[in-house]
Amino acid sequence: MATRDWLYLGALVLTLAVSIPFVGGYLARVLGGTSRRGDVVFAPLERLCYRALGVDPRAEQRWTTYATSVLAFSAVSVITLYLLQRLQGVLPLNPAHVGAPSPSLSWNTAVSFVTNTNWQNYSGETAMSYFTQMAGFITQNFVSAAAGIAVAVALIRGLVRSRSTTLGNFWVDLTRLVVRVLLPLSILATLVLTASGVIDTLTGPHLLHTVTGATQTLPGGAISPQEAIKELGTNGGGPYNANSAHPFENPNGFTNFFENYLLLLLPFSLPWTFGVMAGRRRQGASVLAAMAVLWFSLSLGAMYAESAGSHLPVAGVTQHSSATVIGGNLTGKEVRFGAAQSALFNSSATATSTGSVDSMGDSYTALGGGVLLTNMMFGEVSPGGVGSGLYGMLVLALVSVFIAGLMVGRTPEYLGKKIQAAEMKLVAIYILIVPFAALSFAAFALIWPSARESLLNHGAHGLTEMVYAFVSTSNNNGSAFAGLNGNTGFFNVALGLAMLIGRFATIVPLLALAGSLGAKPRVPESAGTLPTGTPLFAILLTGVTVIIVGLTYFPVLALGPLLEHFIFHV
Amino acid sequence: MRRQLVSAVLAVLLFTVVTGILYPLVLTGVDRIAFPHQSAGSLLDLHGQPVGSSLMGQAFTDAKGHPLPGYFQTRPSASSDNGMASGGTNLGPSSPSLLTSERDLAAAYRSFNHVAADVPIPSDAVTTSGSGLDPDISIANAQLQAPRVAAYRHLPLSRVETLIRASTVQPALGILGEPVVDVLTLNVALDRLP
Repeated sequence: MATRDWLYLGALVLTLAVSIPFVGGYLARVLGGTSRRGDVVFAPLERLCYRALGVDPRAEQRWTTYATSVLAFSAVSVITLYLLQRLQGVLPLNPAHVGAPSPSLSWNTAVSFVTNTNWQNYSGETAMSYFTQMAGFITQNFVSAAAGIAVAVALIRGLVRSRSTTLGNFWVDLTRLVVRVLLPLSILATLVLTASGVIDTLTGPHLLHTVTGATQTLPGGAISPQEAIKELGTNGGGPYNANSAHPFENPNGFTNFFENYLLLLLPFSLPWTFGVMAGRRRQGASVLAAMAVLWFSLSLGAMYAESAGSHLPVAGVTQHSSATVIGGNLTGKEVRFGAAQSALFNSSATATSTGSVDSMGDSYTALGGGVLLTNMMFGEVSPGGVGSGLYGMLVLALVSVFIAGLMVGRTPEYLGKKIQAAEMKLVAIYILIVPFAALSFAAFALIWPSARESLLNHGAHGLTEMVYAFVSTSNNNGSAFAGLNGNTGFFNVALGLAMLIGRFATIVPLLALAGSLGAKPRVPESAGTLPTGTPLFAILLTGVTVIIVGLTYFPVLALGPLLEHFIFHV
Repeated sequence: MRRQLVSAVLAVLLFTVVTGILYPLVLTGVDRIAFPHQSAGSLLDLHGQPVGSSLMGQAFTDAKGHPLPGYFQTRPSASSDNGMASGGTNLGPSSPSLLTSERDLAAAYRSFNHVAADVPIPSDAVTTSGSGLDPDISIANAQLQAPRVAAYRHLPLSRVETLIRASTVQPALGILGEPVVDVLTLNVALDRLP
């Protein structure tokens, strides 16, 4: 790693550290309904939304109603997005006259964007019209992100309220998040991105004659608005096939930094929000610290692995960085970003469930690719997707106090709430469902002959490719080892199911947990209470996260990335 | 349940209009006016005609796909610099075909540019990018190509090296990204020479 890359990492950490208190505090005020900032614009817009939805903003919902609202909204979203794709041939803003994707591909894509996964089995340049990208994908980029945050906030309310039957109102949370947080931040980010070179045009693909007299077609699209919310909402679905490696989505070193910052901003700000809403900043800080330690150490690992270069250097070719040579493993990477900064982007995107890529993970070194996979195996908690990262980490915090409680023989408590059998059952379902889905689907696909034919690479790397696809989709990340050809009937259906399970089979037990916690009284702290706002707890939480992932996934990590690494380095 | 469904349908409609139609359309309008050059794709003109985007790699080859010696060459592309089909090879680090292709590309690069056997080739010259549209090459790559271009165009080498420096993009703030040479900018500068 060059000095420049260390400074780059330092600059990213610093800009995030400065932003987190502002954004995290603002989110807490917005969700508590006490933010008056920008009321001139936001308040009328919100009132308009509530009237249009027929919602009373003061009415609160029980956990069951909150869950029904999330499910109903998501179901209607899937149907709408499916229809938008199937009908894009006759809808407006389709200058390239793109036809409808197949039913199985449309299903996969609809589920993918609604679940905030953004796995893509199509090439954006040629498969989707501008209208589908805008009205379909941009919309879901906003609302699926808002829905994730809303669920996290419902869990926070369950933790901090005492003897409460309600958890807030989903429609109100959704509206406030879109109107007061995601829209204004996306507008700012769009302007920065366009000013820096990201394109934004609705004219069709542009055919021109090149210097040598040949022709080249340049794609168009409302790219910077989509790019902004794609990163900010940890969505990751690129308008183009190469995603953030594409020069029109990510034209230079600055935009690469800025997009990396955007995709980390909300996931790292939400634990701060949690601390503010709980009235105890230290509670948020310990969760934030556990997330940051995992993100930082794994990202550093990926940066090192990619800077060190590929496993099989070709004679006469140098991978050593110097004033004029760009060092490291450059296959599948853009020279304007270089190896280390590309690796940091991909590591951040897999750790946040964003899943956008500025370089091709399939061509990473064995360990570099292994880091990307491990980030997702953590269950998207380091810091995870918007909302989902925080609620995932809070579930792990409950596991941590439970384990600590077992060790000292006391009933575990978290924020003054007793964690009992009913809660631990829901926690167990939450923890087990995603690895169960990911590994079962991957195992099934490996014995399904036609599914194996979709692999580009073989041996240990082929196994990683397959496992990566199902770990990515069931954790709602969407990052791809793009060698796998996913646009087949089998994968469209199977990956779609993995995404649905990963999103909703976790949200429902989670909201039940929030409801159960909310109904409990808050007990005063005693000498036997494990303090959870301390560095010690942050270490415990980090350890529990690593151990749970290690025990669940280590065998498959050993047969995939680790085996591939040791083939080269024995 | 029914009330939630009604709200859901209305919410999807409402947010489609606000975030899916108004948000991108209004911003695209603003971007087209405020940043006309960037929003259109940073196009480069030669003799009054747009010949490409400075952000987008293109092939400098003849009709048969052979590299033209009078132009600097971009990195190998998995998509043949097709603007409508971005992507990489996705070959893994243990893939035998990746190794063979890098060996072949290195041999071809060495003979095309008359690079002596003891001079190392920078790896960006023999690897494909993630987008297949990488517009840039490393400075070392450009310097190795310079003698070939200078000889073919009957230019002094120093002249070509000056153009390389002029087409070099330094990392923003000295740390964001790598120093790279924009190939289209460089080739257009060469063609603009009287």
